[in-house]
This record gives sequence, structure tokens and C-alpha cells, in this order.
Amino acid sequence: MSVASNTLAMEVDDRASKDGRNDRMFRWAVTAAGFFVLLTLLAAGLSMFWGGREAFQTFGFGFLTSTDWDPVQQKFGALVPIYGTVVTAAIAMLIAVPISFGIALFLTEVSPTWMRTPIGAAIELLAGIPSIIYGMWGLFVLVPYLGEHVFPWLDENVGPLPIIGKLFQGPPLGIGMLTAGLVLAIMVIPFISSVMREVFLTVPTRLKESAYALGSTTTEVVWHIVLPYTRSAVIGGIFLGLGRALGETMAVTFVLGNAHFLTTSLLEPGNSIAATIANEFTEADSPLYLSSLIALGFLLFVVTFIVLSIAKFMLMGLKRREGN
Amino acid sequence: MATVADRIYLRRRIVNVISLVLSGAATLFGLFWLVWILWTTVTKGIDAFGLHLFTQMTPPPGEVSGGLANALFGSLMMCLLAVLMATPIGIAAGTYLAEYANHRKIGETIRFINDILLSAPSIVLGLFVYTLVVEPLGGFSGWSGAIALGFIVLPVVVRTTDEMLRLVPGTMREAALSLGVPQWKVNIQVLYKAALPGIVTGVLLALARISGETAPLLFTALNNQYWNADLTQPMASVPVVIFQFAMSPYEYWNSLAWAGAFIVTIFVLLISLSARAILLRNKMAND
Repeated sequence: MSVASNTLAMEVDDRASKDGRNDRMFRWAVTAAGFFVLLTLLAAGLSMFWGGREAFQTFGFGFLTSTDWDPVQQKFGALVPIYGTVVTAAIAMLIAVPISFGIALFLTEVSPTWMRTPIGAAIELLAGIPSIIYGMWGLFVLVPYLGEHVFPWLDENVGPLPIIGKLFQGPPLGIGMLTAGLVLAIMVIPFISSVMREVFLTVPTRLKESAYALGSTTTEVVWHIVLPYTRSAVIGGIFLGLGRALGETMAVTFVLGNAHFLTTSLLEPGNSIAATIANEFTEADSPLYLSSLIALGFLLFVVTFIVLSIAKFMLMGLKRREGN
Repeated sequence: MATVADRIYLRRRIVNVISLVLSGAATLFGLFWLVWILWTTVTKGIDAFGLHLFTQMTPPPGEVSGGLANALFGSLMMCLLAVLMATPIGIAAGTYLAEYANHRKIGETIRFINDILLSAPSIVLGLFVYTLVVEPLGGFSGWSGAIALGFIVLPVVVRTTDEMLRLVPGTMREAALSLGVPQWKVNIQVLYKAALPGIVTGVLLALARISGETAPLLFTALNNQYWNADLTQPMASVPVVIFQFAMSPYEYWNSLAWAGAFIVTIFVLLISLSARAILLRNKMAND
């Protein structure tokens, strides 16, 4: 790049030293870019901690345990959004993990070979749809349907049951944690199932064939050979999906209802960290309000960092074994 | 009379059939949502589709005419800028990982961090750019929106460049180096050429991803009701307009939101399909 600009000096130098200098410059440039990536994540964490310091200073540890969210009295606590985030992500995983496992099983062991590529591509298409489309579809199509048909049925039939009944009592609004969890589940299914499918394919064929030769059924091969062989990577894939579910914003914002109170019922509106930030950030009119929202972002950052790190470590285990 | 062995055998076969049927049902469950979501988007989108979307500005509340021209323009500008800013850095960082830091601790660390960035919630990156750019400069702007989207493009490009360069056979590097070609020239004239289809695919996939991103734009580029080509001012974008219009009680706004959703979905699907096509064609050419 700098060849043209330094022609005079270059004529004196011999070619080798010119090449050496260019090599060093190139190396320096790409190293800087590499460290830029490293710095990005560090800076993201630090800047959000810095932005949230006022909230952390004002409320201390109580920020995590308080259910207050009152912009008028300037009292903010993160418990309601944290609770909503955890509950919706948990519902999403309860639905998405078995479904993804089924899809991966179908695509690696059951379906005829010619069907595998198109079906796999179609499932991955789900991952390509922008999250705002999920949100809109959830609000305009899924919410009315659930509110009319599913929620009243749950309220009537599951609601009176002891213990779990409490989770399913509520008004048939259609919006709420259950809806958000379902939409999240649909969104993370392609991520989890594609990881599972990929790692299932790494199981050595001779291991599976030995089991078949001993008379195992397909189900037994999957349970006793494929799953134990890929266990850590499967857990890694699940954590990858969990990381997505925890941080998903738009889809949840549409169907969760933005209500700041704690409720045991899954049929009632709630809130999540990401939805709170998305809904209220531009309305935040005081420094403390803004700082509390950034502090929420910092919490989300820390939690997803931990979850995604676990996912990476779990997935790495398989790679190492593959290499041996 | 059935022996014990027969009974066990029968039970195992029943369990097997049931679980295989369930796996098929799970696949149908996944495809069911895909079809439902795409069907809704396409039917409602086509109803609201028309040339006016591309020629008229976003309307004020209550009005029953207007389009998405300013939002489409804003999205296009910010996405292009994001790709232009992040791609060179991403390719350089990917080169560092594959050619200079491979099998080294620092390389593994950066790869790890990059993978976390890749799956990090986009809203967090939006907040980061808010504290980094918006707050110091004192206002929302198209630039900060583009920077926020750039941070989403970056890890995708780093990852694909890294992976594609590592797929290039070592013999190509050795052949070039043994002819006396300096390393930077090997990188640019030999390795990038070999890895180009893969890198282009990565950039396209990143573009597909950011064109539907909403969360990071909410508090960086904000929104703008009017035509704006000034990147230092707040800028409209299709996803943010969809968010605002879909949440509103006005029917015409809702239908515009569906039209926007339709355009974004078609755009995203077309781009990811062409990215796959490039990769596939390259694979076949190499085989």
C-alpha cells in the first residue's frame, strides 16, 4: 500500500529490506485488528459497568433483589426483569430442547437421505428470519389465537390443579410469559438442532454399526452410543440456545406486555431485561433512570457471557477429541 | 406362548417405533412454525405492497397514505456503512487468527472472545455504542447506528475469514513463499484469492443479519419521520419503523409495518440463499 508513497527511500533500500518492512507493517496491521476484537468485548463490558455505576452506587446490592420500578419516585430494582428473563428462557428451553433433539435425531438417523438436506435447510431458514418478524407475528397472529383458544382452556382445566395450577391461572389476554417462552422456543430451535445434528454426525460409523450388529434398535443406538459420545457438545448446543433466549429482545418485547410486577402465573404479562431496555430507554428522563437501564444491560451482558462461555467450553471438548 | 425374550423384543421395538415417530413429529412441529410465519408475512405483506412504499415518506399518525422511502434509504445507508467499516477490520483480524496466531494462546483467546461476540445479545451492543458514541457526541445519529451494526458484522467476518483461510492448503503458502514472495503478498494475492468465495459468503450472511436488526438501532440511530441523508442526524430504518408502527393502534401504520416486514424478510432470505449458492458453486468447482 505504501509502496508508491516512499519511492525515493525505496530506491536506496534493497528489495529484501523493503519486503521485510512491508511484512512487518502487514503483520502489525492484522495484529491490531485481532486485538481490536478482544478490546471490543472488554470495552463493551466496562462501558456498561461505567454507565450503570450510578444505579449500582445508589441501590447497592438491593438493585438485584428489589421489585420496585418507579420512575416517579426514582426507585429501581432489577428483580422483575430478571425473573421474567429467567422464566421465559426456561419455558423456551423446556420446549426447544426435546424438539431440537427430535429434529436432530430425525435428520441423522430416521429420514430418508434425500430429505435430509432440504428439511435441514428449511429448519435453518427459521434462524434467518429477523427477530422483529417473530415479534410481529407473535403479536398479531399467535397472541389472539392463544388468547381465544389456549389460555381459557389452560385456565379452566389446568388452573384448578394443585401446585402447578397456580402457573396457569389468569386472564385470557394472550400476552404473557408463556407466549414469550413459546416464541423464544421457536427462535432457538434452529440453533440447538443444527448444533446437535452436526455433533451427531461426528460419531464414528463403526461405533454405531457395532451396536446395530449386536441387535440394538435405532433408539438404543442413539441413547447408548450417540448421546454419551456427544454429551458435552449437546450441552454446549443447549447453552448456545439459552444464551440466545436470554438476550433476545424484539420478539419478547412484542408479546410480553411490559408489566412491572411479579406474578406466579405464566399467563400474565411480565417483563424481561432486554424488553425493559428496548421499551423504556428513549423515555428515560433522569440520569438515574438511564443508569438503571444500562445497569440492566450490564447484568444481561455478564449472564450471557457466562452462559456462552460454558457453551464454548462444552463444544471445545468434542473438537479436541475429534482431533485425537 | 410368547417367551420372556419375545416380550422384551416386542417392547424394545414398540419403544423404538414410538420414539422415531416422535422425532418425525418434532420435525413437523419445527416446519409448521416456519410455514405459518412465512405465510402470514407474505400474505399480509403482499396486501400492503405497492410502489408507494418506495416513493413516499413514513406518514404521521392517523394518515392513510405514505410509504417507507426514508426508512428504506436509512436502512440501506446504515447497513452499507456497517459492512464497509467492519469488513476490512474483520478480514484483517481473521487473517491474524489464521496466519499469525494459529495454535497460539492469544489466537485461541481471540477466537473464543469473537465467538462470544457472535452470539452476544444485539441489544447489549446497542447499549455499548450508546455509551461509546451517542453520549459523548450528545445525540442520536445515523453514524452511531452504522457503528452498532458494524459491531454485529465484525465477528461474522472474522469467523468466516479465519475458517476459510485455514481451509487453504498449506502447500499453496509454501509454493508462493519458496518463489520468494513476501508474506504480505502471499496473503493478499494468493490466500485471499483462494478464500474469496467464503469471505464473500460471510459478508453476505452478516448483511442478512443486520438488515433485520432492530434492538441496536433503537438507541443509536433512533428514528426520523422525514427524508434524511445526513448521517449526523437521527435516521429512520425499516426495522425500527416496523417496531413503532406495529405497536401502534393505527390500522394504516400496521399495514405499513407488514409491508416493511415483507420487504425485510424477502431481502434476508434472498441474500442468505445467494450466499449459500456461492458457497455451493465453489464447492462443486473444487471437487
